[in-house]
Amino acid sequence: MSGNQSRSYAGPLRTVKKLFLSGIVIVAFACFVAYERLVRPDSVPAQAAPTAFIPATVAPFASSGGSFLPPASSQPTSTSGSSSQVHASSYKDGTYTGQPVDAYYGLVQVQVTVHGGSIQDVQFLQYPSDRRTSQRINSIAMPYLQQEALQAQSAQVDIISGATLTSEGFQMSLQSALQGARN
Amino acid sequence: MGMPITVEVVDASATQSLLDSVFDHFQYVDNTFSTYKEESEISRLNRGELPLDDASENMKAIFALAERTRLETDGYFDILNDGKYDPSGVVKGWAIGNAADILRDGGVSDFYVEAGGDIQASGLNAEAQPWRVGIRNPFDPAQIVKVLSLTDCAVATSGTYIRGPHIYNPRDPVDPLDEVVSTTVIGADICDADRFATAAFAMGRRGIFFIESLPGFEGYVIDRYQRATLTTGFERYLLHDPVHR
Repeated sequence: MSGNQSRSYAGPLRTVKKLFLSGIVIVAFACFVAYERLVRPDSVPAQAAPTAFIPATVAPFASSGGSFLPPASSQPTSTSGSSSQVHASSYKDGTYTGQPVDAYYGLVQVQVTVHGGSIQDVQFLQYPSDRRTSQRINSIAMPYLQQEALQAQSAQVDIISGATLTSEGFQMSLQSALQGARN
Repeated sequence: MGMPITVEVVDASATQSLLDSVFDHFQYVDNTFSTYKEESEISRLNRGELPLDDASENMKAIFALAERTRLETDGYFDILNDGKYDPSGVVKGWAIGNAADILRDGGVSDFYVEAGGDIQASGLNAEAQPWRVGIRNPFDPAQIVKVLSLTDCAVATSGTYIRGPHIYNPRDPVDPLDEVVSTTVIGADICDADRFATAAFAMGRRGIFFIESLPGFEGYVIDRYQRATLTTGFERYLLHDPVHR
């Protein structure tokens, strides 16, 4: 029959056309998605910061080494009654806001809530969210970096990395910094 | 550049001639890349006497490496400073890496090469232990503040006390770079460790986050208040059973 004949004759071409049109639709959709991502990156309000950032142990706050985000003040901004429990590394109950820290991809600022002598909650007040690079970084846990005071080591070594102090400029800058640190 | 160089080889098979070829290489590097030498290739290039296209293969390789580093560090590493090229921030690590290659090609496997405070360590020391590397206290050169245990590993330290025209903040040239005094980077390859330590130092306090973001590299940054910040994997390189002096 002519219908069958024309179908069998035009079959491969029609399939190609279908695939071509489907391809265009798929490519158009992909372009749309890419455009949306580029032009309107997802902006997440600070209150909705994912808790995936918080390490399973909040050890940096509890360790003697301290954390890279020191509390802005040692006085809590709000107080509650003192805890009746005794904790090995207890904190005063209250809410503490850290200094904003430039974490290379943007600012990070946290607020810690202490209750019953231990950390109950860590909120992000600021975290990098205004650049595409920051979007990618936000999908992985941002690290808390441990800090420590310098300690002279008495161990024997084979070789040393570093160089001798020769710069006068460095000495002067160091002195002025230590002046400021004493106040 | 006039920096001290130390090479220690444990393998009994090492010859004086092999060691000489290592020091010859450093001499060649100094003659070619020292901005303090008027007749060096870099000085002639900077005076406009030599177009980069006509420069030696090694010069071109250094420029290519510098450009790659500039892009990888978002512009915080840049050998162009005030209209002149100073590739010291990448040449040192590159030269040490070449020296290590010379030794390996010469059949030795237990050694370190140290130049200007940067080190490539290979194999084990004379006690058949990983090489023990100290990080110098920038506030007291007689002290060390960290002891590392390294094998087949490199460590590079950039600091205020060794700052020259090659370490500046290209994103803000008037930045005095006085918040951080010492930036140490540990990684498999000295060339990478050196260029990333230079860039991280130029980033100031943010440098430690940059090192943290690099897979395969760890860092230790000391600030002007004598506080240090560590990347999360840094402690795997520490020596855990030290012999005390």
